[in-house]
Amino acid sequence: MTIAAVQSNPTPAILPGSGGMRGALSDLFWRRPKFLLTLMLAPSLLWLGIVYIGSLFALLAQSFFSIDEFSGLINREFTLKTYGDLFQAANLDIILRTVTMAALVTLASAVIAFPIAYYAARYARGRWKALFYLGVMLPLWSSYLVKIYAWKLILAKEGILTWLLAKLNLLWLLDAWLSLPVVGGNSLSVSFTGTFIVFVYVWLPFMILPVQAALERVPGNLVEASSDLGASPGQTFRNVLFPLALPGIVAGSIFTFSLTLGDYIIPQIIGTSRLFIGQAVYSQQGTAGNIPLAAAFTVVPIVIMGFYLWGAKRMGAFDAL
Amino acid sequence: MTSAVSFKQVSRHFGSVRAVDAVDLEIAAGEFFAMLGPSGSGKTTCLRLIAGFEQPTAGSISIFGERAEGVPPYRRNVNTVFQDYALFPHLNVLDNVAYGLMVKGVGKTERLKAAEEALSLVRLPGYGTRRPGQLSGGQRQRVALARALVNQPKVLLLDEPLGALDLKLRENMQEELKSLQKVLGITFVFVTHDQGEALSMADRVAVFNDGKIMQVGTPEDIYQRPNTRFVADFVGSSNVLPPDFVQRYSGQHRWGSLRPESIRVSSATSGDGVAARLVGTNYLGATTRLALDADGLRLHAVVPAGTSLPAEGEAVMLTFNRDSLHLMDEPA
Repeated sequence: MTIAAVQSNPTPAILPGSGGMRGALSDLFWRRPKFLLTLMLAPSLLWLGIVYIGSLFALLAQSFFSIDEFSGLINREFTLKTYGDLFQAANLDIILRTVTMAALVTLASAVIAFPIAYYAARYARGRWKALFYLGVMLPLWSSYLVKIYAWKLILAKEGILTWLLAKLNLLWLLDAWLSLPVVGGNSLSVSFTGTFIVFVYVWLPFMILPVQAALERVPGNLVEASSDLGASPGQTFRNVLFPLALPGIVAGSIFTFSLTLGDYIIPQIIGTSRLFIGQAVYSQQGTAGNIPLAAAFTVVPIVIMGFYLWGAKRMGAFDAL
Repeated sequence: MTSAVSFKQVSRHFGSVRAVDAVDLEIAAGEFFAMLGPSGSGKTTCLRLIAGFEQPTAGSISIFGERAEGVPPYRRNVNTVFQDYALFPHLNVLDNVAYGLMVKGVGKTERLKAAEEALSLVRLPGYGTRRPGQLSGGQRQRVALARALVNQPKVLLLDEPLGALDLKLRENMQEELKSLQKVLGITFVFVTHDQGEALSMADRVAVFNDGKIMQVGTPEDIYQRPNTRFVADFVGSSNVLPPDFVQRYSGQHRWGSLRPESIRVSSATSGDGVAARLVGTNYLGATTRLALDADGLRLHAVVPAGTSLPAEGEAVMLTFNRDSLHLMDEPA
């Protein structure tokens, strides 16, 4: 094309607006990007602010009411009496049991999740990566209750696990474990060990995915640099990989920890008759009709998570973000 | 002279790709050695073979006389300055530099003192408490250098360390690296695709192409006496002359090379020389680069700025000294 041809190009330098409402809106959004942002965020902020946090606070406020023991009616005056009830020995037992279980489940999930996440982040490519996502997510597609009942059958005295151990001549190991105090029981499906196994199974994807995302962002050459500077694989793990994966592990542990703290179905179906916080909330607000005490119980996981996050932040878990 | 790194028929294949193909290489102790080549030529793979990140498919590598195959990177007294620095984002600058000493079990006070000294060496004293993210590219580069040097490696490997820096900073760092290497006497192996960088810094240069070393020699050797068309073209973009053309001037039917600065351009239309047509000029500041067409053969000449030039499209006469026409080994 010659210069003359370019100069006789009939297209104007500035194009006219596309006209109509849509054109005007597009121009407005381009000129005022904050307006668009506000418009996009408004529905979710309203939902989060009013429906979600609002109802949470309404629930928490209930914990400062009390129940009239004779009439069973709720006395809507500020009192700390419900919290006094919460700190009775029997209730403290429930809290301690739940927190211990949540901590163990979190720890086990992290230990199991790390190698899987590491493999997926560093080695899996293409089809293997797709297979990884499928493998991790597939259990989430099926019903939670079905999975738990399936586990009840697996762990039962007549279940496949007992059968398998018998075939391997390892039944003595299971019997020795079940005869231990606290973790043992008649069979795995009615022991804390069973509850633990199922918790870890159900929450594991929630640990794998954030750890994998964190490891994905660790450049491969940091591992090489560490090795180059003389660090053995173990030292590289402790000094480079683990600290950089820590935000992911903390994110995952928030899921596993808080989900275990609040769950009331797994310990009801698999485990002993001793209660967990979720079951206590369920029975207090249901059969007992003691909404204030149920509300006070729900405050416990929130406070524990608050302390947990504060501690994680102090340990520098979010420094690498 | 002691050999620092020795490759004997080393190959590294990735599937069907021969990244490094039967390479023989001797790097002397205390030498500043550059590996020059286009991307994908195998120079970085060679560096990674020395560092231990890659293992050879065939052949043997020794570092200061010791066999290195199967030895993991963390057991080699060789350190690398990575192309994108690879500083640990969760550690401050001082801990980054002290990392190598930390994993070797050197006590805290001692290693931090050594790290502080290394930071002074790269002219970043007092930067220890900052995070890598707070530093500029040039500063990160220096930290990466200090982190490698603090371990007093037998060989320092540099993988295009200046690639991400702007021109001015790059020139400063080139001088600094060169003087640092002289002071410390450590063997430097430097990978680059920038021929100017390789020629100005290195004691010796190896030119890579397609997983093979085309030529090894001093910068002057490589620049003045390229042995193949590839080297002539890649290093300083020499004019590659076809055998028929060369035969007219030297009597030998061989490929030849002629540096652009050896060509004189005059506007005479008759007389001794190569008749050509000026097809383009490219102003480069101190010099002007001319594109010429000699009866279908594309040539480049470089003349000092300010030389009076004929207009584009006009006929010119090219002359050059017979001595500056270099005959290459490559068969015609």
